[in-house]
Amino acid sequence: MNRHGIGQPVRRVEDQRFLTGKARYVDDIQLPHMLHGAVVMSPHAHARIKGIDATQALAMAGVHLVLTGEDARKEGLGGIPPLFMPEDMGGPKGYRTFRPLLEPAKARYVGDRIAFVVADTPELARLAAEKVEIDYEPLPAVVQVADAAKEGAPKVWDDNPAGNLAFPLMMGNKDATDAAFAKAKHTVAVRLYNNRITANTMEPRCCIGDFANDAYTLYTSSQNPHGVRGILSGAVFKMPDKNLRVISPDVGGGFGMKGDIYPEDGLVLWASRKLGRPVKWVATRTESLLGDNHGRDQLISAEMALDENGKILALKAQALHAVGAYVTNAGVVPVLCALRNIPNVYVVPAMLVMSKATFTHTTPLGPYRGAGRPEASYVIERLMDEAAKKTGIDPVELRRRNFIPPSAMPYDTTANWTVGKPVGWTYDSGEFAKLTDRALEISDWKGFEKRKKQSEEKNRLRGRSLIYYLEDSGVFNERMELRFDPSGTVTVVAGTHNHGQGHATTYAQMVSDWLGVPFENIRLVQGDTDAVSFGRGTYASRSTMLGGSALKGAADAIVEKAKHMAGHLLETAVTDIEFEEGKFKVKGTDKAIAMTDVAKAFYRPVGPTTRFGTGLDASGSSAVPPSFPNGCHICELEVDPETGVVEIDRYTVVDDVGRVINPMICHGQIEGALAQGIGQALMENVAFDAESGQMLSASFMDYAMPRAADLPAHYEMDFIDVPAKTNPLGVKGVGEAGCVGAPPVVMNALLDALKIDHLDMPATPHRVWQAMQKAKA
Amino acid sequence: MKFTVNGKPVEVEAGENTPLLYVLRNDLGLVGTRFGCGSGQCGACFVMVDGRPMASCDLPVSFAMNKSVTTVEGLSGKVQKALLAEQAAQCGYCMSGIIISAEFLLQKNPHPSESEVRSALDKNLCRCGSHNRVVRAVMRASREQA
Ligand code: FES
Ligand code: FES
Repeated sequence: MNRHGIGQPVRRVEDQRFLTGKARYVDDIQLPHMLHGAVVMSPHAHARIKGIDATQALAMAGVHLVLTGEDARKEGLGGIPPLFMPEDMGGPKGYRTFRPLLEPAKARYVGDRIAFVVADTPELARLAAEKVEIDYEPLPAVVQVADAAKEGAPKVWDDNPAGNLAFPLMMGNKDATDAAFAKAKHTVAVRLYNNRITANTMEPRCCIGDFANDAYTLYTSSQNPHGVRGILSGAVFKMPDKNLRVISPDVGGGFGMKGDIYPEDGLVLWASRKLGRPVKWVATRTESLLGDNHGRDQLISAEMALDENGKILALKAQALHAVGAYVTNAGVVPVLCALRNIPNVYVVPAMLVMSKATFTHTTPLGPYRGAGRPEASYVIERLMDEAAKKTGIDPVELRRRNFIPPSAMPYDTTANWTVGKPVGWTYDSGEFAKLTDRALEISDWKGFEKRKKQSEEKNRLRGRSLIYYLEDSGVFNERMELRFDPSGTVTVVAGTHNHGQGHATTYAQMVSDWLGVPFENIRLVQGDTDAVSFGRGTYASRSTMLGGSALKGAADAIVEKAKHMAGHLLETAVTDIEFEEGKFKVKGTDKAIAMTDVAKAFYRPVGPTTRFGTGLDASGSSAVPPSFPNGCHICELEVDPETGVVEIDRYTVVDDVGRVINPMICHGQIEGALAQGIGQALMENVAFDAESGQMLSASFMDYAMPRAADLPAHYEMDFIDVPAKTNPLGVKGVGEAGCVGAPPVVMNALLDALKIDHLDMPATPHRVWQAMQKAKA
Repeated sequence: MKFTVNGKPVEVEAGENTPLLYVLRNDLGLVGTRFGCGSGQCGACFVMVDGRPMASCDLPVSFAMNKSVTTVEGLSGKVQKALLAEQAAQCGYCMSGIIISAEFLLQKNPHPSESEVRSALDKNLCRCGSHNRVVRAVMRASREQA
């Protein structure tokens, strides 16, 4: 057996570098004669820009350039558009924004980019940025999504005929839903606010622009280098792709946030063109918190109708989902996924859900780990627990009664929808009851009462919950290449872009299995538009599935090509050749030749290459539909009634991520996402002053993220592989799963401990304590 | 200004208030130490100065004068091996600082309890959520050095 093959817990090949300080992120790159940029961000949430005076800044020794939005306009630089709006997919019309590199006339949030200063050093650039005098006329701002949707609210975009509506979305069937509610035995309702949070990658965004020899090179910390190139060359600089090379080396965390194109990516290129020297920009932490896309910020009212047996009859929901000041690249995605994933793993015969994507004078929102799926699972799983209380049915039993059974797969969630059908899902596989059984077993569900008594003895409130989540993973198509080197080693040229997921390892495991090439002879090339002809990057838990499927296509094509050479080398007809375990064999004989030896023959200076071509390489592509990772989370926690502090005592996850390529890496991805999901539930919150729009959480001091001591000491974890039927590898996504399941399970367990019906995230000690006082009163 | 970095004497010209982090990264080419916040709140920039972990992002280089600085590049020890064995790193950005904190912990307390490890890592943020694996790695390093 291949110890480095698919399914093995192979150690990551990249770790040696990471653990000895030898990783190379953008900020580690120093180009000769490089200058440094600083942005001037708006200090107002909403203001007219009446004038900009850069005289003082430009007079400082060592300051080279100050750029403004007016300059961008004069030079014809375009704005950054969203990749798509609902109307582009046959959905309702919306208001499309074009985000300029610098705002010429109006600031729309605290952090909007107004000017860009370039100087000899970063310190000098920042000092000079403070000397750029901007005459602002502050205007009333609207910060909270509920306020922004009100009649007469200050408008983010003056010429938007729909007020602050960016776009509406709706899906389901109104008549069927109304009819179901009319005959329902039970109905339950929740009103939830899904808190605004932020990726806060440890590596701040950073980029270097280098204009030389009439072409641009951008080094940027991005999850999607080809996507950055497409938008910058197309929409912003309006030039052919060939003029721009984008390089994204090691990336210190992305979580969806670095899937976008940001103004600074264009600014460093533009400044470099003007100055003829490379220009680097690195965000400060405060600039990261203000300027990176945020996630969530959704207010939703939802209702569920059930019959006397606890079977779901219908669901309805109305949401306001903030988009901030601009519709970002994939800004539509969270709003869309937050609706279409609401049915989750349950038979929902009728549904009507709608959302208004709403502009506010705040940092723009975009996909952040989960991108709408956490919002959806939060709604449905909160409703399920409310329904269990209302009907008196045990919450686990209630879920079981409503699970979509394996026999119903493939299952079309949109069966009787009259609106929005094209964006709904058909699930290919899933064994929800089986995973639930396993989770109950390994969590010692039955031992709860005993543990609860023990908690009571030390004056702690213990609560628990079980939830089930399902999410969609994978989007768009992908392209991968495989290339043998003359010595027989292999290069994987990936269109995806690893930024912590261990692709150098998982792709090598696959190739090693498929082609019989030793694992250590396989390397990964990615993140450079000159080296990779095309790719879509890494986000939406897509890489193993789409990258892996495309890689399989490339491997199959390699075998096909090499077969002919093998026939020649083995002096037999190609029809007599078969490929098995890395060897070409002559059927029915013991004559064989290894793949690597066949590959080497493609590089002989003379001889067979005249017939078979020089070099052995191939590309593969994939356009497989999404897969549906799913799983069961169980959480048991304790609350200290004196302080409101919540401590998660036991946490169990049983996941179906399809076929597991590397269990070590999958576990790591799940644990990592759990940390972020638990963070959302218990501590994370981007807070703004509701009047002024000033961010109150613009440093690590004020934006709380989980530290080692805040997380459960141990997760009970297991996988049950139910291979996906939607792709040749049978894999499902894994990157986002943990933070889709964690918020509802933590909050349901907390509500169970406190015996109350509602508490919004984040459940900080202060909020928990207040809720307890309120319940007492 | 003269000090020692990873056992070697160095001499740099820099304003005395320049953060040590920038001197390490820009003047000495030791880029393994990372910038995460610039204000002592995340641990990404931790180095040891005379054996104590300190945030190099807000430490004036003059403080290091005539002292001995150790960065991740100067370590090749049990903590790194254990982190590798536990497969703790994901994006890797926080790891240099974590290694410094963990090395220091094990130097002063070779056999820490799990909760001592957790609190020793309290100053190090990791957004990839590698916390539990890091804790396990430190425990492993502590066992293996025995
Ligand atoms: S960069 Fe020094 S503590 Fe964050
Ligand atoms: S491994 Fe990415 S921040 Fe820790």
